[in-house]
Amino acid sequence: MNNDEIKAALTSKSRSAKLERRGKIISFLCIALIVIAVFAIFAFVAVRGIATFVGTKVTLWNFLSKTAWAPGTTDASGVPKLGALPMITGSFGVTLLSALLATPFAIGAAVYMTEISPKWGEKILQPVIDLLVGIPSVVYGFIGLSVVVPFIRNTFGGTGFGILAGTFVLFVMILPTVTSMTISALKAVPRRYREASLALGATRWQTIYKVVLRSATPGILTGIVFGMARAFGEALAVQMVIGNAALMPKNLISPASTLTSVLTSGIGNTVMGSLENNALWTLALLLLLMSLAFNLLVRWIGNKGAMK
Amino acid sequence: MNAKTADKIATGTLRAIAGIIVLILASLLGYILLRGVPQISWHFLTSPSKAFAAGGGIGIQLFNSLYLLLLAMIISVPLAMGAGIYLAEYAKPSWQTDFVRTAIEILSSLPSVVVGLFGFLIFVLQFKMGFSILSGALALTLFNLPLLTRNIEDALRQVSFAQREAGLALGLSRWETVLRIVIPEALPGIISGLVLGAGRVFGEAAALIYTAGQSAPALDFTNWNPASISSPISPFRPAETLAVHIWKINSEGIQPDAAAVSAGASAVLIIVVLLFNFLARYLGQRLHKKITAS
Amino acid sequence: MRKKSALLIMMSFMTLLLALAGCGSDKGESITVVGSSALQPLVEAAGEQYSGDHLGVFVNVQGGGSGTGLSQIQEGAVNIGNSDLFASEKTGIKASKLVDHKVAVVGITPVVNKKVNVKNLTIAQLRGIFTGRITNWRQVGGKNLPVVIVNRAQGSGTRATFERWVMAGQPALAAQEQDSTGMVRQIVASTPGAISYMAFSYVDSSIKTVKVDGIAPTPTNVYTNRWQIWAYEHMYTLGKPSGLTKRFLTYVQSDKIQNSLVKQMGYIPVNKMRVSRTVDGKVTQLP
Repeated sequence: MNNDEIKAALTSKSRSAKLERRGKIISFLCIALIVIAVFAIFAFVAVRGIATFVGTKVTLWNFLSKTAWAPGTTDASGVPKLGALPMITGSFGVTLLSALLATPFAIGAAVYMTEISPKWGEKILQPVIDLLVGIPSVVYGFIGLSVVVPFIRNTFGGTGFGILAGTFVLFVMILPTVTSMTISALKAVPRRYREASLALGATRWQTIYKVVLRSATPGILTGIVFGMARAFGEALAVQMVIGNAALMPKNLISPASTLTSVLTSGIGNTVMGSLENNALWTLALLLLLMSLAFNLLVRWIGNKGAMK
Repeated sequence: MNAKTADKIATGTLRAIAGIIVLILASLLGYILLRGVPQISWHFLTSPSKAFAAGGGIGIQLFNSLYLLLLAMIISVPLAMGAGIYLAEYAKPSWQTDFVRTAIEILSSLPSVVVGLFGFLIFVLQFKMGFSILSGALALTLFNLPLLTRNIEDALRQVSFAQREAGLALGLSRWETVLRIVIPEALPGIISGLVLGAGRVFGEAAALIYTAGQSAPALDFTNWNPASISSPISPFRPAETLAVHIWKINSEGIQPDAAAVSAGASAVLIIVVLLFNFLARYLGQRLHKKITAS
Repeated sequence: MRKKSALLIMMSFMTLLLALAGCGSDKGESITVVGSSALQPLVEAAGEQYSGDHLGVFVNVQGGGSGTGLSQIQEGAVNIGNSDLFASEKTGIKASKLVDHKVAVVGITPVVNKKVNVKNLTIAQLRGIFTGRITNWRQVGGKNLPVVIVNRAQGSGTRATFERWVMAGQPALAAQEQDSTGMVRQIVASTPGAISYMAFSYVDSSIKTVKVDGIAPTPTNVYTNRWQIWAYEHMYTLGKPSGLTKRFLTYVQSDKIQNSLVKQMGYIPVNKMRVSRTVDGKVTQLP
C-alpha cells in the first residue's frame, strides 16, 4: 500500500461515518416532512379562515364575541351573523370538563399498572385500553345517544342533550389516550429513583407521590394535552350527543355545540369560496390556534414542574 | 395519619380506580359485542353491501379497511420511525426542537374532518389521485403520524443509556447503535405504539369520507393487475372502509336492516382490532426474543 | 442496513404508485359523481346497474353534500355534481354555466316522536312550532309535553326545502341541528316531544308522520302538488353533457330506472309528476 492510498483511507470517511451521516439525514428528512405537512395544513386553513374577514363587514371581535350564528343571513346593519362564542364556550366546556374527569382516572390506572400490579395491568388493562382506541367515534356517539342521553334526561331532566352528555362520552374516548401516555411517562422514570426513595424508608405511596409522579409530570401533562387535543378535535361522537345547537349553553344539560360539530355538519353543505364556507374554515383556524395555546401553556407548566 | 395507613388508603383508592375503568370499558365492549355478534355470519362477512335492500354484508368494506390500513402503515411507519429516531437520538434540546414538537402536537389536535378536507383538495383534486385508497392512505398518514412519532420516540427513550454507551464503546456509529441495539430493545414499546395507531386508523371515518370515498365498487378477486379498477389491490379505486360504512349507514342508510348491519359491523371492527392486537403483541415478543437473544 | 433497504424499497414503491397515478391507468371508461348525500344511494345503485349492463364502464359515486357537489362541478373537477337544491339557490355558484338534469323528486314530511298524540297540524301551527311560538304540544291539541325541535344543519337541502315551503321567510328558532337524516330519525325516535322533518324514504316505524292541513304525506299528493313540501333532486353538468356522462344521465332519467329503482328506493319518479315547479316556485300543470 503506497502512501497515497493510506492517506486517502485516513482522510476519507469510514463506512460507519458515511452510514451515520446518511442515517442522520434520513431521520432529519422524516421530521422535516412532518413539519412541512403541518405548515401546509396550517397555511391552507389560515388562508381560507382569514378570507372571512377580508373585504367583508365581519370583524374578528364580533366573530369571537357575538352569539348568533347563521352564516347565510345578515343582521339589521347588513353584517353577516357570524358569532362563534357559543361554539367556543361549548368546545372549552366539554374539553376541560372531560380532561378534568379523565385525568385522575388515567393517573390512577397508570400508577396501578406500573407501580402496584404490573402483571394484572399488562394482561388485562393494557389490551382493553388499546382496544378502546380502535372503537370508531361513530360507535361511541351511538352508545352515547342510546345510553348516556336517556340516562341524563331521566336523572337531571331536560332533553339529555348538552355539555354533560358530551363530557361523559369524551371522558371515555380520551381515557385510553391519556392513560397509555401516562403509562409511558411513568415507565420512563428510571428505576433507581424508586430504589433510592424506598431505600430512604419511604412507603410505596410516598415514593409514587413524591418521586415517581413528580418526575413524570411533564410526560403526564403531555398525555393530558393529547387527550384534550383529541377531545377538542373530536367531531362525530360529540355531535351526536351535545345537541348541536348554536346557542349559549345555559347549563350543562341544555343543547350546545362545539367548533368541530358545527364545522363538520356544515362543510358539505356550503360552496367552496363562499362566505359560509370561509366562516367554517375560520372555525378550523380557531381550533388550531386554541390547541396551539393549550400546547404552549402546558409546555410552560411542564417546564416549571419538571424535576431538574 | 401515619405513612403506612396513607399507603394502604392510596393503594385501595388506586385499585378502585383501576377497577372502575375496567368496568366501564368492559361494559362498553360488552354492549357492542352483545348487540353485534348475533348479526355476524359467514354471509355477512363475505358478501357485498346492499344499497337499499336488507341482507347486505360487509365483505368489501372489511377488505378495504385492511388494505387501507396496510398501505397507510407502509407510508407512515418509516416516516414516524425516522422522525422518532431523530427526536430521541439526534435532536438537542433547543427552541427548534421544541418548535418541531409543538408542530407535531398541533398536527395531532387537528379535527380529522379538516385533515380529510385538506386531503380532498390536495391529494384528490390537486394531485389528481381521485377518490382512492392512495388519497385515503395519505390522509390517514397525516392523521396518524403525530401519535406514532410520539410513541416511537417514547419507546426509544425508555431504552437505558447504558445500552447506547455499550454500542458506542464497541465502535458502532450512533446510527448503527440505534438500528442494532436501541430499536430491537425498544421493539415491544414500538409495536404497542403501532397497534395503537393501527386501531385509530382502523376506526377513523371523518378523514376518509372525502378522500377514500364512500362507495365500494364490486371487486374481482381474480384480477391482480394493480392498474385495473376492479382489482382488489389497486390503490386507485375508491374504497369505503368499515368505519365509513358504519357512519354512512347511521347517517343516511335506508336499508331496512340498517341498525343490525351497523351493530354487526361495529362488532366486527372491534374483533378485528382485538385480533390485530394479540397478533402484534405475539409477534413483538417473538421478534424481541429473536433479535436480542434473551 | 435492513432498515434502510426497506426504506428504499418503500420509497421506490411510492414513486411507482405516484407514477402510475400520473398516467391514469385504466382501460375502461369512468365518470365521477359527487354531491348530495340524499341522492347518493340512488345514483350509486343506478351506477351499479349501469356498470352491470355495460362492460368496462365504471360510475364512481361519492357523497360530500350538495355544496361540495356544486363547487366541484363548477370547478370541473368531477363529471356530475349532485344537489338537493337549484344551483341558483346556493351562494357562490354561477348557475348559468351549469346544466340541470332533474332525476327524481323527494317529498319532505314533518315527523314526530311516537309519544306525541297529534295527527294533524295546520301550516301556521307548524310554523309556530319551528319559530318557537308554540312550545308545548298542549297548545296544538296534544298532551302536556314540551316541544323539542330538531333541525337539519344550516345549508342542508332538506332544511332549505322545509323552510321555503313551511316557514315562508320567517327565521327558524336556533335549536338542535343534525347533519344527517339517520341521526335526526334516531333522536326523534328517542326523545319525547321531538319534532323534525325528513324525506319520505327515511320514515320508518320508529317515528310518526303528521298531516299538514289535513293532507297526508304520500307520493300521490306530491304528483299533484297538493303536498307542497317537496324538491327536485338535481344532477348538474358543466355545460352540455357528452359521452358516458350523457349516456348515464339518459339512463337515470329513462322510464326503466324511474319506474323501478327510483320507486323502490322511496324517491318519487320525476316522470310521474303532474306539475312542474321552477326555482321561483311557479307551478305549471303538465299535460
